[in-house]
Formats: sequence, C-alpha cells, structure tokens
Amino acid sequence: MRLSRSLALTLGSLLLASFGLAACGSEDEPGDKRLTVYSGRSENLVGPILQEFQEESGITVEVRYGDTAAMAAQLLEEGDRSPADVFLAQDAGALGAVSKAGLFADLPDDVLQKVPAAYRANNGHWVGVTGRSRVLVYNPDLVPESELPASVFELTEEKWRGKVGIAPTNASFQAFITAIRVDHGDDRAREFLSGLVANEAQVRDNNVLIVRDVADGKLAVGLVNHYYVFGQAKEAGVPVEEYGAKLHFFKDGDTGALVNVSGVGILNKAASDPDARALVEFLLGTRAQTYFAEQTFEYPVVSGVPTAPGLPELAALEVPDIDLNDLDTLQETIQMITDAGLA
Amino acid sequence: MLPHPALALLASAAIVVALIPLVYLAVRVAGAGWQRIVDEIFTARTAVLAGRSIGLAAVVTLACVVLGVGSAFLVTRTDLPGRRVFGVLAALPLAIPTYVAGFAWVSTVDNFAGFWDAALVLVLCSYPYVYLPTAAALTGADPAQEEVARSLGDGPWRAFMRTTLRQIRPAVVAGGLLVALYVLSDFGAVSIVRVDVFTRAIFTSINLGFDKTGALVLATVLVALTAAVLVGEVLTRQRGARYARLSGAGRPPARIGLGRLRWPAAGLIAAVAALALGVPAMSLLRWVAAGVSRPGSLAEVAVAAGNTLWVSALGALLTLLLALPVGLLLARAPGPLATVVDRLAYLPHALPGLVIGLSLVSFGTTVAFALYQTVWLLVLAYSTLFLPLAVGAVGAAAAQAPPALEEVAKSLGRGPMYVLRTITLRLTAPGLGAGAALVFLTCVKELPATLLLRPTNMDTLATELWTHTSFGAYAAAAPYALLLVLVAAVPTWWLSTRTGVSTRARLPITTGVAAGVPVEASAGTDLSTTAGIASAEIASAGMVTPGTSTGAGTRG
Repeated sequence: MRLSRSLALTLGSLLLASFGLAACGSEDEPGDKRLTVYSGRSENLVGPILQEFQEESGITVEVRYGDTAAMAAQLLEEGDRSPADVFLAQDAGALGAVSKAGLFADLPDDVLQKVPAAYRANNGHWVGVTGRSRVLVYNPDLVPESELPASVFELTEEKWRGKVGIAPTNASFQAFITAIRVDHGDDRAREFLSGLVANEAQVRDNNVLIVRDVADGKLAVGLVNHYYVFGQAKEAGVPVEEYGAKLHFFKDGDTGALVNVSGVGILNKAASDPDARALVEFLLGTRAQTYFAEQTFEYPVVSGVPTAPGLPELAALEVPDIDLNDLDTLQETIQMITDAGLA
Repeated sequence: MLPHPALALLASAAIVVALIPLVYLAVRVAGAGWQRIVDEIFTARTAVLAGRSIGLAAVVTLACVVLGVGSAFLVTRTDLPGRRVFGVLAALPLAIPTYVAGFAWVSTVDNFAGFWDAALVLVLCSYPYVYLPTAAALTGADPAQEEVARSLGDGPWRAFMRTTLRQIRPAVVAGGLLVALYVLSDFGAVSIVRVDVFTRAIFTSINLGFDKTGALVLATVLVALTAAVLVGEVLTRQRGARYARLSGAGRPPARIGLGRLRWPAAGLIAAVAALALGVPAMSLLRWVAAGVSRPGSLAEVAVAAGNTLWVSALGALLTLLLALPVGLLLARAPGPLATVVDRLAYLPHALPGLVIGLSLVSFGTTVAFALYQTVWLLVLAYSTLFLPLAVGAVGAAAAQAPPALEEVAKSLGRGPMYVLRTITLRLTAPGLGAGAALVFLTCVKELPATLLLRPTNMDTLATELWTHTSFGAYAAAAPYALLLVLVAAVPTWWLSTRTGVSTRARLPITTGVAAGVPVEASAGTDLSTTAGIASAEIASAGMVTPGTSTGAGTRG
C-alpha cells in the first residue's frame, strides 16, 4: 500500500518537525525586546493599552489572558519555570499570594515612589496600577436616594431582606470581607456574613450579573466595584446617567468604601530585564493612566491624572484607613465565607 | 501466559496518559499532610457536597435514560411523523456546551438557580449520550427475538418492555454511565445556575484562596466517587448475557403503530427539542440584538475557528491513537488486565477540566518542558479527558469485527502490522470514525483545560466566548457561541445519521456469537461506553463489507 506508507512517513515527519520546533523553546532573554505577560485582567480591558505599549516601545508583548485566580494558581504551579516575565493582576490578593511564594522580584525605588504607599506592597514586590472602589449599586426606581444606607453594615437589617446582591466567589468581595476583619475584627466579619445570609442576600456568580439584575429591577441593591456600571451602560448603548443602575459611595471611612487596586509585579527571572521595567513604567505613566481613567473607568493611582466624568475624585472618597498589604490573609476569610454557607 | 503481550504492553503504555492527573493528585495531596486531608474530607460540608453531587448525577442520569430511551424508541420503533428530522434533532443538544445552555436559561427565566434547575439544564444537554447508542442499538437489535415474544402472546408494548429493552440494556447502561460521570465533572452549568456541588467547591477553593491543596483534596474525593460509580456499574452487569444476533438475515424490526398518540408523541419530542435547542438559540440571538459590543474583526473570528478545528482534530486523532491498543485489548484479550486498563481510563473522566489542566501544567513544567504551552500538551490534556469515549468506540467496533478474519490472514502468512492495517482497521473504521467524531465535538466545547494549557496568544472559539462573557459583553460573545455550536453540530449530525434512523437500508449486525466472541465479552467490552455500543451499531449501520459475515451466515 504505497499510499499509506508515504502518508505515514509524512505524518511522522510532520510530528517530528513540530516537536523540534516546540523544543526550540522561546525563552525571553533580558533586553531582547520580548516580553511574556500573564494577565488576570481581560483582553477587552488591557489589550488596547498593551498594544499601544508594543507599538510605542517596539517590544513584542505576548499576553496570556485568564482569570486572575487561575493565573495565580498557574504561576504558583509553574514556579521558577514559568515563562512569564510580568504578572498583571486584578486585585492585591493575587499579587500577595504570588509574592508570598517568593516569585516576585523587588521593584526599583523610583518605580515604587510613583505610587502612594497605600497602593503598593510594603515589601516592594508589586505596585498598584488602578484603583477600584467598592460601591453599592442601586436601582433608583426601587430605592430613592434618601433611603440609601449610610454604612454597609446596615444591609443586614430587615428593610433590605432579599434585596441585596452579592458575589461571594468574587475576589473583590473576599478582599472587602478581609478589610472588615482588619478594620473591625474577626467577630464582626463573621456577624456580617451570617447577617447577610439570614437576611436572604441574593448570591450571583459575578459582579456583572449583579449590575444587570439591578438595572433590570430584579435586585434593589448590590455590592460591586464602581466601574461595572460604566461598562454595562456602554454595552447597552446608553449614557451612564441614563443607565438603570446608579452608584452610591459609602462615606466616613466606612469599610464599604474600600478602594482596592489592580497591580503589576515583575517575576524573578525578569528582574534585570529592561523590557519588563519599561512596561511597568509605561503602566504608571500618564498615557496608560489616562487610558484606564477614560476607557475602563477606574481610578488612576498616579497623581495628576483626572478621573472619568461622572466619577468622584479618588481624593474625595472617604476611604477606610486600611493598609492593602494586610488584605493578604486570605485563608481565614475564605473559611469564614464558606462557613457562612455563601460559597 | 498473557495473550497478546504486545497489545497488553501498548495498552498499558497508553493508559499512562490517563494516570498523569491521578499521579499529580496523589503527589500534591500527599504533600498536604494527613491532618489537612482529614480536616478537609471529614467535614459536614464535604458530606453535603458529596450527597448533592451524587444526587445530581443520579437524578440527571435517570432523567436522561428515560428521555433518551423514550426518544430513541419513538424515533426508531414507531411510526412517529417526521422521525427523520426528530432523529437528528434529538442528538443535536450534544453540540451545545453546558455553560452556553446555562447562560441561556439563566437569562431567559427569572430566578433560575438551584438543584432542580441545574438538573434541567444538564438533562437537556446530555440526554443524547443515552439517545445515540440506544437508537443505534434499537435499529440494530435482532427483531427475531421480539417476533418470538409476539408469537408467544405478548402484545407489542409488552414485547418491547420485556424483550427489546433487555436487548438494548448495554447501550443504555453505557450511555447512563457516561452521563453520570459527565455530571460529576461538569462545572459550567452548575456554576452559572449556582448549585453547590463538588466541582464548584473545587473551583471556588482555587478561586478564593489561590490554594490548591484544599481543592485537590476534594478532587481526590471526586475520584473516589467515580471509582464507586464504576464499581457499581460493573455490579449491575449480568453474567453471560448474550446480545448478538443469533442467526438469520438482518431485517428491519416492525414499527409499532401509535394510532391516536402519533401527534401527541411528536409534540412531546418537539417540545424537548424546543427546550434543548430553542432556548439557547433564542438567547444567543437576543444577545446579538440587545448589545452594542461586537466581536473583533472577521479575521479574529476565523482564526479562533481555525484554531478550534485544528486543536480538536489533533485531540481526536491522539485520543483515538491511544485508545486503539486499549480497545483492541478489550476485544481480543478480555480478562483482568483488560478490565483494569479500561477502568483506569475512566477514573480521570469525572475530574473537572481545571484539575486536569493544573495536573498537566505541573507535568509540563516538571517533566515535559519542551511541550509546555504548546499545542501538544493541550492535545495530551484532551486525550486524558476524553479517553473513555474513544476506548469504548474502539472496543465495541473491534468486538464487532470477527477475529476469525485476522486469524485467517495470519495463517496465510501475513505479518501482524499488515493484518492490523488492512483488516482490523478497515473493519473497525466506521466505529473509529464515530469515536473520533464524538471526541472531536467534545474537544470543541472544552474550556477550562484549554484556558490553562493553550499556547499564549492562541484563542479558540470557547476561550473567546469566555473572554467576552466574563466582561459582560454578551453581544460580542454571541457569534462565538453560535459558531461553536455550529462547528460541534456537524459531527453530531453525522453521528445521528449513522444510527440508521435516516437510512432506508437495513442493518446487518454482529457476528459475535458466531465468531466465538460474544458481544458481551466477559468483563471488558460491552458496557464500556456510549460510543462503545453506539459506534458498533453505527458502524454496522453503514457498513456493507462482506467481511462481517462468518459461518453463521449473517448477512453482510
């Protein structure tokens, strides 16, 4: 059977060739104008700005997108053999976990100085890139402004029974509960969680679903991050003032006003790579910060960049006095959330 | 003296692939320390999770069996109007990933959450796993036995219940087993419809704390549950049962006249199809209409589609290659080794894709670094995930091909490779094709392992869909979802047409008894899986080679 023999030979050589190609690994050397980025932030959000960086600097950026937690798990699994140079994470918890595993390199001082101390790691392993404020999203038809709660702890009261949407498997919610633990103690946090359960808080899988349900009137209020409303208004094609869900920022340093950060860190193997440093500096530069302010509606952490219209200034937010570095004691928080039956 | 030692060796080597996730679990869990394991497993929460997972699997399997057997019966054995169309429609839900169906239902019905709602979504997506092999078995079953029963006084319904149902038992059990394992491993539907089962707990554990240990301990419990299900399935087998056609020419079985029930029955099947196919379709169209976001350029969509096709084709190929020695071993040398090897292929099947993905990340970074984040490791992951589907197909197809022919060829002086190439592979080709189709369409739908293992910058339809929906850009996600379903629908349609429903020609079948190898060969072959019996029947459905007949005079 001449045909099948030659077919087998062809297939065999193809296989060998591709193995060969695969074996010629694509290791990034420092200064070779190539970077591998693991991004826990989605392509819609950071793709364009990374593309701009690539064009401006001439450095080829290969981005691997995924869910922040899965990316962190992958990094931890890969360890020192990870192909990643830079890790862009959705929240401080993931950065803390990777830092704890000893996978991050120390960032240079001048980079660290660009960001206020509250929004970067104490040990200099990561810096925040954008700020994300916890808010209460509400439907103005169902909840007039005068009835909005002054503190997030009021949501366990009778008048909010069955009306509050939460996403307990979301990293931001988890960070928020950790903030309560840091600010008010473990008992208060436990009380709050069981109060939510007793008050029939409505569980959703992610923040987008909460915002959509609030806008549709299926939920009265929800605990989410501030930028989703802008994103969903854009998706629905209406200006944010006309969108069915509105934002309420908690005041007076209430824990509900927590501002978390998305951030970036450089992996050990790229510690001396000028390309990695260039990316971090770009993300903290005016152009990228303006992009985040205008396109993703997040808070720039660098001073001198204005926030999106319709959003109160970062400095004007009455945030609780919490050090984000303390938010990495995740295990206990998770235990509490699961014990309360929320996840 | 081990029969077929070369085959046994090859099969064992192939099963090593299935062992990778199990080894990974063992290593990581052992590293956690005994105390942690005990803390994690022996809690009230784990018991509740296990109960709920098993409960969900049981409910869905039962419902799928009822629905699958019912539709197969109506389509193949009655004079249902429009049965050719229904025959295809009944199989199509297999092309819809559970996460798409889950999304569709959640956005269509208010407050769609909880155990029973998740069960509904899972039933509608997985009943084809029972429908396909049952329909094939019904079309191929020996009508002689039914006729004998009728001649002895049973009415048509009674004959069906007492005789035909028993004939198709292996197919139904095989399909049911696949459904049960699938439900245990599914994450898409249960997370969107929010029912707390094992897979969700595993995912949340990784998501909430970046701590894999707790999650992996839970995954080990899942493997234990799978082993229990597999053992249970073995225990339900009847020893010495024969399912092959005894003798005589193959002919179409008589169709039962439904009389007044014709149109209500058609309405019932149509309703099921509307729920299973219509709701997701409507939902996807609504997304496109209601949202502003659009997917990237046509080039992006085309590239994603191309990647999906490429990776799934490779996955089907590798899986079939690995399954070939295992299936052949099952069919030619059934015995304890064959059974063990076959069951080992199943054990990882109930693990969620996330765990398999992580195990291969670990494998990739420690053992096979050259392959890490290349297409090949992803393809290996697919084989690990879907090996049981292919093993069953190969096993049953090989059981159908009489070894007598191979022995004749060898006695005439041909070498084993020649025999394999020209006789065995040709005879089992349709069965292999069905197995490949099933693995292909399952690879198209796969998401979590793909996300972890794909080469950076390579997107498939499933990953693009996930990217857009995670940001709430449903309108941008919809075209990917539609394309994904369409791509998966092609092999599904092909599989359904091969059950013989839409062909007028009638089906020869098995020469099992005549060849001295009963279709239910001792421990291994039969109940292996869905595509198992399915493809055997499907194979015979289209196959008109003279080779299938033997001394028993069965028509080829």
